[in-house]
Amino acid sequence: MSGASTLPAGVALGTAERRRGRRRAALSRTATAGGFLLPATLLFTLFVVLPVVEAAWYSFYRWNGYGTPTNWVGWRNYELLFSNAVFASAATNTMMVVAVSLLLQLPLALWLAMLVARGGRGSTIFRTIFFLPYVLGEVAAGLIWRFIFDGNVGLIAAAARALGFEPPFLLADPDMAIYTILAVVVWKYFGFHMMIYVAGLQDIPRELKEAAAIDGASRWQSFRYVILPMLWPAIRISIFFSVVGSLQLFDVVMPLTGGGPSNATHTVVSFQYTFGITRMNIGFGSAVGVVLFLACVGFTLIYRRFVLRERD
Amino acid sequence: MRDESLLLRHLSLLLVAGFVLVPLVTVAIGGFKTMGELRVNPFGLPESWFPDNYLSSLFSQRLWLSLGNSVLLALGTVVLTLIVSTMAAFAFAQIHFLGKKLLFSYFLMGLLFPAATAILPLFIRVRNLGLLDTYWGVILPQTAFGLGMAILLLWGFFRQLPEALWDAATIDGCGYARFLWHVVLPLSRPILATVAVFSLVHSWNSYLLPLTLLNSSRSYPWTLTIMDFAGEYSTDWPMILAFITLTLVPAVVFFLVAQKQIVAGLTSGAVKG
Repeated sequence: MSGASTLPAGVALGTAERRRGRRRAALSRTATAGGFLLPATLLFTLFVVLPVVEAAWYSFYRWNGYGTPTNWVGWRNYELLFSNAVFASAATNTMMVVAVSLLLQLPLALWLAMLVARGGRGSTIFRTIFFLPYVLGEVAAGLIWRFIFDGNVGLIAAAARALGFEPPFLLADPDMAIYTILAVVVWKYFGFHMMIYVAGLQDIPRELKEAAAIDGASRWQSFRYVILPMLWPAIRISIFFSVVGSLQLFDVVMPLTGGGPSNATHTVVSFQYTFGITRMNIGFGSAVGVVLFLACVGFTLIYRRFVLRERD
Repeated sequence: MRDESLLLRHLSLLLVAGFVLVPLVTVAIGGFKTMGELRVNPFGLPESWFPDNYLSSLFSQRLWLSLGNSVLLALGTVVLTLIVSTMAAFAFAQIHFLGKKLLFSYFLMGLLFPAATAILPLFIRVRNLGLLDTYWGVILPQTAFGLGMAILLLWGFFRQLPEALWDAATIDGCGYARFLWHVVLPLSRPILATVAVFSLVHSWNSYLLPLTLLNSSRSYPWTLTIMDFAGEYSTDWPMILAFITLTLVPAVVFFLVAQKQIVAGLTSGAVKG
């Protein structure tokens, strides 16, 4: 958006009167624009920007949300947070979600995209199936998988019994439960990333692949040196969505494990919900929000600086 | 060799399709079983179809009330998002005014962080506005957090409209508002549909905001009611499975009917962003 200057450019051109006229026009345009922008600006300021600023402010208080915050505690909430073992495990879990999303989900999505991108009826049906979980609510997805993993009635239990094992209670096992969350995250989101890659693959000119084939490139070579570089814009955007989405994971966790057993499967946001919101620890919960904010913004700025802005 | 790789390709696709569909189908069928049967036969079709779970959910006020609440929340969010973000994106794309760049970056900031970062102050603010436990108390923040993406998508479309349109409109004595309403909007149906679908799906499935901002079960959307329901019937899985299945029906039907728009709506932020 270059946006032509709103001020009269060629001073020599106009008489004073004309200049005044233009300035008046510019002012009236700005007033009109203001009218168009007022609702959005108001909503955005009231419900997005101010709450973020307030989170920073509240995080220095010990406050149960009633009256006004008066009990200034300095950095105490942050000290409590960073010495909290449950928060440490929540942060680790969240990083695990990020890692699995990047290292397992994205390659899976890319591989499937290669398989279904070429069109045809079968491919369309598979694309539809793979995208379906992304449309279904996270909460429903979490409940569905709570059933699948249930040690009494679930599918995993039935499969184990059929093979002659004791059915495992994965959701009740503090060491295993986090893996159930990771599995559901892959199930829920791989179709979304696959679609991004399918769109990217369809933009690659057919001639390019043919040229590579004529030059005697092997399948792997044409993937590595033709497809992958052409797909890079799609990949880097899907990495971005993957990381920011993983950092805020909450909806899947609550129905599946609720952060348990013994607080072993919290994510940063479910930790914030459980220890901030439900106990009305506004200051402490806000401190978690601020840390999450810094993680999201920090990641975005670094990623933009080094990856998104680079030349294609 | 060629046949072999084709076979392998189909086998892998079927395997992944199974990973996606088996849980969904098992849940839908499981609702037709009795608890005793579910325990011994979770995979297969029921020996005798037991409709009571589905029927009692279908005739429960709870299901319909929660779906109705979700519809209202989604409707409010979609309409408000469309109106507010169209006006803003139009101004950014078509009007030259002071401070445009600055204000535009201000809105794009909203893309950097999720609502979860500010959820506690949001609760306090909505409470102080007297909007706790009201539809507007959820719709307004929900809309606000979707504005960045909506404005970005619409702006990308509006700025590509030929300038000749505006020139012709001014000659006819048409102001900005009439230009937007009579010229721009009719040309923008596809992008409006994209934004509408994006905000509809996110509102339909949203959980954290209503969970924090609503507290009486009469105003709960389906995402909250389903959690309550699962809590109450804790081990009566057939009952829960039937309820889950029924809440998913609208989304699945909508997806199958409007698949193209939905895929476009949900991925366009990523593809064009």
